[in-house]
Amino acid sequence: MSLSEFFDMGGYAAFVWSSYALTLMVLVLNVWLPWRQHRQALRKLKRLHRQQKASKS
Amino acid sequence: MWKWFHQWGSPPHFYRRAGRWLPWLGGLFAIFFLTGLVDGLVFAPADYQQGDSYRIIYVHVPAAWMSMFIYMVMAVCGVIVLVWRMKMAEIVLISSAPIGASFTFLALVTGSLWGKPMWGTYWVWDARLTSELILLFLYLGVIGLYGAIDEKRMAGRAVAILAIVGAVNIPIIHFSVEWWNSLHQGPTVTKFDKPSIHWSMLLPLLLMATAFQIYYVWALFLKVRAELLQRERNSRWVEELFRS
Repeated sequence: MSLSEFFDMGGYAAFVWSSYALTLMVLVLNVWLPWRQHRQALRKLKRLHRQQKASKS
Repeated sequence: MWKWFHQWGSPPHFYRRAGRWLPWLGGLFAIFFLTGLVDGLVFAPADYQQGDSYRIIYVHVPAAWMSMFIYMVMAVCGVIVLVWRMKMAEIVLISSAPIGASFTFLALVTGSLWGKPMWGTYWVWDARLTSELILLFLYLGVIGLYGAIDEKRMAGRAVAILAIVGAVNIPIIHFSVEWWNSLHQGPTVTKFDKPSIHWSMLLPLLLMATAFQIYYVWALFLKVRAELLQRERNSRWVEELFRS
């Protein structure tokens, strides 16, 4: 099987590859968005705690 | 069992344990996903009727299975929320909703991308497709309802009820291809008889299904940890995370 045959998917390239591309998008988003949400929450809390410490001393 | 239940029901314990599991889940998912991907796209033979278009099965079927599995997880969490008022169950329920919704969306869209070349149409209003579309609306309903009620305990109980009631749709989706005439093909794997699919085509499907299952736990843990940190920001265990 040649590489161009592989990408052609027996003539169904548009259907097969868009399915896989969409899957990849869903998989990336569901991990990336909560990861970012967690990182932002951590940053916010860290800033808050630094301010608290500063105001105490 | 009860000890385990109680431990994972405690936010600081869940936060720490889930955090330790994250790299393992991500790595395991990558291994199964990549081998399944290569096996399904390269090594599995083309179908004698559908040619290479059938390879959509390797994302379509695992996505559809997860769309139903995740809803059942939400329904079970709903029961725990109503009976034991456990806060962790509420967080797992609401954190599962966007993941389940996106898998349902994926199952619908990849299904229609498969339907176009094979059935000649992107969409038909038959039992399987319609009940899966209803599942998407149920997920969106859970997300919308939770967002619409300000008081979080109230919102948790409301979505718990919706999740439980909506669960009647799950057996309908599963058996729809047997109860009604449908363009959609019948089950080839999840039936009591031997699967009517050759192992060289079945293996990548099982690899991908396992990958998606692991992925769900991974994505769920990430989401639950983010939610916990935000919701419990004033509690002592979160304070302790920053005391150094």
